[in-house]
Amino acid sequence: MAHIQLPAGLPGIRGPLVFSPATTQPMCELAEVLLRGPNSLTMAEREMIATYVSAENDCYYCQTCHGSTAAQHLGGSSADYELIGQMKANCEAAPLSNKMKALLAIAGKVQRGGKYVTAEDVERARSHGATDKEIHDTVLIAAAFCMFNRYVDGLDTWQPQDEEFYREAGKQTAALGYVAREWKRPLQAAAMKPAATAGR
Amino acid sequence: MAHIRVPEGLPGILGPMAISPETTKALRELAEVLLRGPNTLTSAERELIATYVSSQNDCCFCQLSHGAAAAEHLGGNDELINRVKSDYASADISEKLKALLAIAGKVQKGGKHVTTEDVARARRLGATDREIHDTVLIAAAFCMFNRYVDGLATWQPADPQAYREMGQRMAHAGYIRTESEKPVEVA
Repeated sequence: MAHIQLPAGLPGIRGPLVFSPATTQPMCELAEVLLRGPNSLTMAEREMIATYVSAENDCYYCQTCHGSTAAQHLGGSSADYELIGQMKANCEAAPLSNKMKALLAIAGKVQRGGKYVTAEDVERARSHGATDKEIHDTVLIAAAFCMFNRYVDGLDTWQPQDEEFYREAGKQTAALGYVAREWKRPLQAAAMKPAATAGR
Repeated sequence: MAHIRVPEGLPGILGPMAISPETTKALRELAEVLLRGPNTLTSAERELIATYVSSQNDCCFCQLSHGAAAAEHLGGNDELINRVKSDYASADISEKLKALLAIAGKVQKGGKHVTTEDVARARRLGATDREIHDTVLIAAAFCMFNRYVDGLATWQPADPQAYREMGQRMAHAGYIRTESEKPVEVA
């Protein structure tokens, strides 16, 4: 059970988001512009940064949801989901561009704390073609997920252990984004049966 | 020098905010509603939570500017701000706020550090679900703001007077504003 009374049937961040509409509006707007706004980084790349940081923060709900969204942006095949798993396990060894590896290295430093980012980390990203705007956005995506992850786990929200839920959530988010109404609806009863939600 | 090119003379978070208006709008609105929106926690209490988390994250700019905002809300009590940062258990604040600061400190380390006992203690001292929610989110949000400020190695003024003025603006004009944010004169 979550630390505070949240609306029933809403997984992860969705419970507190529906609980607190006044703070939710800017948070969803932030996610939308960071992850889906006009950008030279693709939506898949930005969702991968979010996924990587969430995995480093050990936030099951965020890493699984955003990992699925990233995989859906890449095409949604099992190879795409496999790539996300490889990135989380070892981003330097994963088949990613050198620029992306350098941005993930910066994101990983931000996850530990802002001061860990060095001039060398930034220089490496720049040498692989990253722009100031891309470096800025990488730092802010990583920082924002240090917020979202803490919001989700700090309130001990309900996090389904159900692969199918995350696959559907990824499809929905990739298609509709973060300001859509759809995510505010409680899950169908089928998705909430004990067997699908065991683990919390 | 900051890791990326930002306008000169803008302290701390204002540098990166100036180059990214589309994300800045949401960041400002979030700070405004969290720290100054209608709430049973006073703005001073919420700024103290923000200050404490920023000091635990060792973010000089955020802890000094939000500490100055808290002091301004409290009528200039700098001593209390320093005490909350160094040892809030012995500070002259309510037991409820101490319990909320304990939760905020756990969130700073990571969301999973918050225990049922931490929450039960806050509740026993009168904290509502809404106040516990807001404490967690303020702490989480400052784990973002602090990383944004330090992750880009922004310029942070050394002059205490600069923070006093920032704190006054934050306390009275709030976070949704632009015209008052002129570059700081370097003395």
